[in-house]
Amino acid sequence: METIYARPKSLIDRATGYCPGCLHGVATRLIAELVDEMDVRSETVAVLPVGCGTLGMMHFNMDVVVSPHGRTPAVATGVKRSAPEKLVFSYQGDGDLAAIGLAEIMHAANRGENFTVVFINNGTYGMTGGQLAPTTLVGQKSTTTPEGRNPAETGYPMMMCEILSQLRAPRYIARFSLDCPANVIQAKKGLRKAFELQRAGKGFAFVELLSNCPTNWGLSALECLDWMRENTMKAFPLGVFRDKEE
Amino acid sequence: MKKLFLKGNEAVAEAAVLAGCRFFAGYPITPQNEIPEYMSRRMPRAGGVFIQGESETASVCMVYGAAAMGKLAMTSSSGPGISLKAEGISTLAGAQLPAVIVNVMRGGPGLGTIQAAQSDYLHATKAMGHGGFRVIVLAPSTVQEAVDLTYQAFGLAVKYQNPVVVLMDGWIGSMMEPVTLPEAKEPVKNVYTGRGTRCFNPGGTGVNVVVSCLLEPVNQEQLNIQMGAMYEKWRQEEVLVEEYLTADAEYVVVAYGTAARAARTAVGDLRERGVKAGMIRPVSLYPFPYDALKRLDREQVRFILDTEMTLPVQMMDDIRLGVADAVPVRSCGRSGGVVLTNEDIADTLLQFIEEEGK
Repeated sequence: METIYARPKSLIDRATGYCPGCLHGVATRLIAELVDEMDVRSETVAVLPVGCGTLGMMHFNMDVVVSPHGRTPAVATGVKRSAPEKLVFSYQGDGDLAAIGLAEIMHAANRGENFTVVFINNGTYGMTGGQLAPTTLVGQKSTTTPEGRNPAETGYPMMMCEILSQLRAPRYIARFSLDCPANVIQAKKGLRKAFELQRAGKGFAFVELLSNCPTNWGLSALECLDWMRENTMKAFPLGVFRDKEE
Repeated sequence: MKKLFLKGNEAVAEAAVLAGCRFFAGYPITPQNEIPEYMSRRMPRAGGVFIQGESETASVCMVYGAAAMGKLAMTSSSGPGISLKAEGISTLAGAQLPAVIVNVMRGGPGLGTIQAAQSDYLHATKAMGHGGFRVIVLAPSTVQEAVDLTYQAFGLAVKYQNPVVVLMDGWIGSMMEPVTLPEAKEPVKNVYTGRGTRCFNPGGTGVNVVVSCLLEPVNQEQLNIQMGAMYEKWRQEEVLVEEYLTADAEYVVVAYGTAARAARTAVGDLRERGVKAGMIRPVSLYPFPYDALKRLDREQVRFILDTEMTLPVQMMDDIRLGVADAVPVRSCGRSGGVVLTNEDIADTLLQFIEEEGK
């Protein structure tokens, strides 16, 4: 019999630490599949954030460097500039990337650093228990906005693809969703494109993946996916925002 | 070896390159700007990397990323920027990675002044960041010594897989003196030996997990115990100190860096006036040279004068630990960037002698 589905070699044989229904597992697996398919495991460096994404150090079977909170693109800059032959990606949540690490992502993008950013946007701080994130939707409840996000006090969700698209240097900027198999396939294509651009030395690539948080949204795994379609994906339009040679 | 006439900041940058440093990231702040400026010219010629980071925080994290890939890396700053680097320095220590951090001190606290001072002794020697880690702290008092200690700092960082701090003041950074440069070392790739790999991917072959977060309390405790043993080894093996005319001294000035230059002149002046003065100059501020103070003849030494370019003086507690209250410790200092002179030191010492006589 032919094996058509197996654990990628780029994943350690260990149960994930993610909550049931969490799409971090899907994002992690997509990256691992691509690294296997491109046969670059021994040359890949995962630069991990602080948050649920830190748990990637338990899962990625490759070189891993864990960054201080939000400094992930700065650490990835040091890694990639020191070892240009490596395939380097940062893996960051919305608190890490769009709040505490906003300066680092803007400047890595503006320098056109030749690495790939995988941005997991689930609108909340999962690891710390569901506080307001820069990407929390208007009206969405969090443990620090118990009445829902009120723009008069906490502003609006930050659209990172759109914001980064104001810069000239980035080579590729795109947003995908992990809510259904069709969109997961598209997300993998986007990640592949970003990795291939890096291999060709083309510069900064940013892939945002809309995700979920069953535990802190207080929804079941399936309800989460419906909620994403009805809310998250309407507020954060999918698409390619930048794909051009400068 | 040929002698060159170099400015302290540039000499330190060149010494780093000669020691095999091939990665520098930094951010503009006075009085250390010549270090990144020099590196921006020098690093590309040496096949290395220079990056002007968007902040102090980002710069030290770039150094962390470079160190994770086995590069000898350095960043430099002054007090306000060193505060911002605290996160990254703690991360380097927790992840067991080598790096060199140069602090060209100015007046503090807060933004303080941009003039030379010695305001960061406590920060450097007691807690350069959160979490209870230590770093070796080296304090040059000449440009030649700044070169030699920076060169050694890389060796110590690799030997102990821990960041090392070169703590100089704005005077050393800004003055020009003749120096002999050490020979250029071939850059070597540092081999990562931190605990992350063993904890998280023990079955992985040829891969590293570089992390300052070991998750399991027992694993973290083991690292903390290992680090404690390392600090004890430093206390046994890495103390650097100069003792100047202390054998018959009745009055001992303790000073480091630029303050020690003024103190050396003051000791000479006092000797000419018949006052038996001497000096202990800590070169490693951590580990602190307690033994040099313990060795003092407690019957002979009337008092110690802790002399620093900061007020209140910051070495006092360490000096008292060294002499265990058997010798009185007085203090002398100027602060905020005001110049400390040899007359300040001699006059203060004579005044204390006079007060004792009353």
